[in-house]
Amino acid sequence: MAKPNTNIDYNQTVITIRGLKKSFDTNHVLRGVDLDLYQGENLVVLGRSGTGKSVLIKIISGLLTADAGEVLVLGKDMNNLSEKELRALRIKVGFSFQNSALYDSMTVRKNIEFPLVRNSPKLTRQEINMQVEEVLDNVGLLQTINQMPSELSGGQRKRIGIARTLILKPEIVLYDEPTAGLDPITCIEINELINEVQQMYHTSSIIITHDLTCAKSTGDRIVMLLDGKFERQGSFEEVFDTTDERVKAFYDYNFTH
Amino acid sequence: MDTPDSTAEQVPVKPPNKLAKRLAGTFADLYDVVRFILRFFKEAFVPPYEGKELLRQCYEVGVRSLALITLTGFIVGLIFTKQSRPSLSEFGATSWLPSLVSIAIMRALAPLVTALITAGRVGSSIGAELGSMRVTEQIDAMEVSGTNPFKFLVCIRVLATTITVPILSTFAAFVAILGGFLNVHQNEGTSYSTFIAQVFEPLSFLDFESSLIKSIVFGFTIGIVGAYKGYNSSRGTEGVGKAANSAVVTAMFLVFIEEIVIVQIVGWFR
Repeated sequence: MAKPNTNIDYNQTVITIRGLKKSFDTNHVLRGVDLDLYQGENLVVLGRSGTGKSVLIKIISGLLTADAGEVLVLGKDMNNLSEKELRALRIKVGFSFQNSALYDSMTVRKNIEFPLVRNSPKLTRQEINMQVEEVLDNVGLLQTINQMPSELSGGQRKRIGIARTLILKPEIVLYDEPTAGLDPITCIEINELINEVQQMYHTSSIIITHDLTCAKSTGDRIVMLLDGKFERQGSFEEVFDTTDERVKAFYDYNFTH
Repeated sequence: MDTPDSTAEQVPVKPPNKLAKRLAGTFADLYDVVRFILRFFKEAFVPPYEGKELLRQCYEVGVRSLALITLTGFIVGLIFTKQSRPSLSEFGATSWLPSLVSIAIMRALAPLVTALITAGRVGSSIGAELGSMRVTEQIDAMEVSGTNPFKFLVCIRVLATTITVPILSTFAAFVAILGGFLNVHQNEGTSYSTFIAQVFEPLSFLDFESSLIKSIVFGFTIGIVGAYKGYNSSRGTEGVGKAANSAVVTAMFLVFIEEIVIVQIVGWFR
C-alpha cells in the first residue's frame, strides 16, 4: 500500500541536480541525471544493482565528486565547497549505509555519541547521554546501548546506523539500500522506521533501493534509474504503468523471486 | 625470401608507453605518500585534540608490546654477550664485554630490534584495522557525519607509535643490558655495580641522542606506513590482507634504510 501524503513543500527544493555525469574509467554510470528533492519529501530511487544509485548519493554527500553537472544541497554547490564548508554541510545531511558501517570497536553508545561529541564539543556528559538515549528510544533499541555491534542482528544494526545519523538532527537523510539483506518482517519494520523518521524529524530523504515493497511503502515519489538516466518518475503506480520492457522486467523480477 | 627490410618490419614493437605508465604510476604513488605525510603535519597539532584516544592507542602500542619486547631484548642481550665472548677471549679482552654490549645495544640493537618488532606487531595491526574500516565504509561513515577520520584514525595512531617506540626502545636497551649482565656475571663473576660502570663508560651523550632520534624516526615510519596502507586500502578483504602485509614489509624496509642513513649522519658528528 502506498504511504499517505505528508507535509511536502513543493515550493522548496533541498537538493537540486542538473546534468550530473559520473564515470569510472570507461564505465559511464551516470549520464546526465536531473533531480529535485523537495522539503519534507521521501524520494525513492529505484534501479538494478550497478546502475549508479549509490554513486548518486555518495556524490550528494561529497564522498565522490561529479565529473560534470551541478549538485546543489541545501543551496550549496557541492563542486565549490571548502573542506570546512563541506564538513558543516555534512552535519545537515545524514547518511545511512547499506551495511550500517557501525564502528565495530565501539559500543552502541559510543557509536552514536561519536559524531555528537565531535560536532557539539560544548555539550555536557549528561546532555550527551540524554540525546543518545532519546534517539535510541526513537528507533526502539534503548536496551542495546551497552552492546557491541557484533552482538546485534542485521535489523538492529540498521536501526543503530539510522540512530547514529539522527543524533545530529539532519535536514536530509540519504538511505543506501535500507532493507538489503533483511528478512521480510524486518524489512517492513525498517520501512516503518523510515516513515517515522520523516514524521518525527521532519526530514527530506532519498532512499536508494531495488526493493519494490520498500519503494511503495516509503516513497512519496519514485524515480527509476535506467542506463544512467532517470527514465520514469511519479507515484509507484505511475512508474510501473508502462510498456517499457526494462521497467516491466524489473517489476516482474521483484515479485517473482 | 624476405628482404632485410621486410624482416625488420616483422619484429614486434612493444608499445613504448608501458614503462612510461609504470613510471607515472610510481611517481603518482610517491606524490600521494608525500601528500599523506604533509596532511599529517597539517592536522596532527591543531585542535580538537583526542587525548583519550591517544592514550588508548599508546596503551595498545606500548603496553601490549611490552612482553614481546622484554623477551626479545633479554635474549638479544644474553646471546650477543655469549657469542662475543670467544672472539674477545682470543685477545684476552673479555673485560671489554660490558662496553661492547652497551655500545652495540645503545647504538644499534635496541632501536632496531624494537622497530622491527613494532613494525611486525603494530604496523600490521594498523594496516589491517584501517583497511578493514575502509572496506566496511566505517571511514566514510565518519566523514559523512562531519568528523575528520584522518585526524582521529591516522594522526592519533602515528603520534602513538612516534611517542611509544622510543620508550619501548629505552626499555629494550635496559632489558638487553640486564641479559648481558647475567651472562657476564655467570662467567666472569663481575658485580652489578662494576658492570654498570663499564656499561656507561664508553657511551657519550651522542649515543643516547642518536638512539632516541632513531627510535622517533622509526616510530613515525611504522605509524605512517601502516596508516597509509590501511587508509588507502581497497578491493575488499583481499585489500585488507595486502594492506597489513605491505605495511610490515614496507616499514621494515624503510627502517633499515633509515638506520643506514642515520648511522652515516651520526658518524659525521663523532
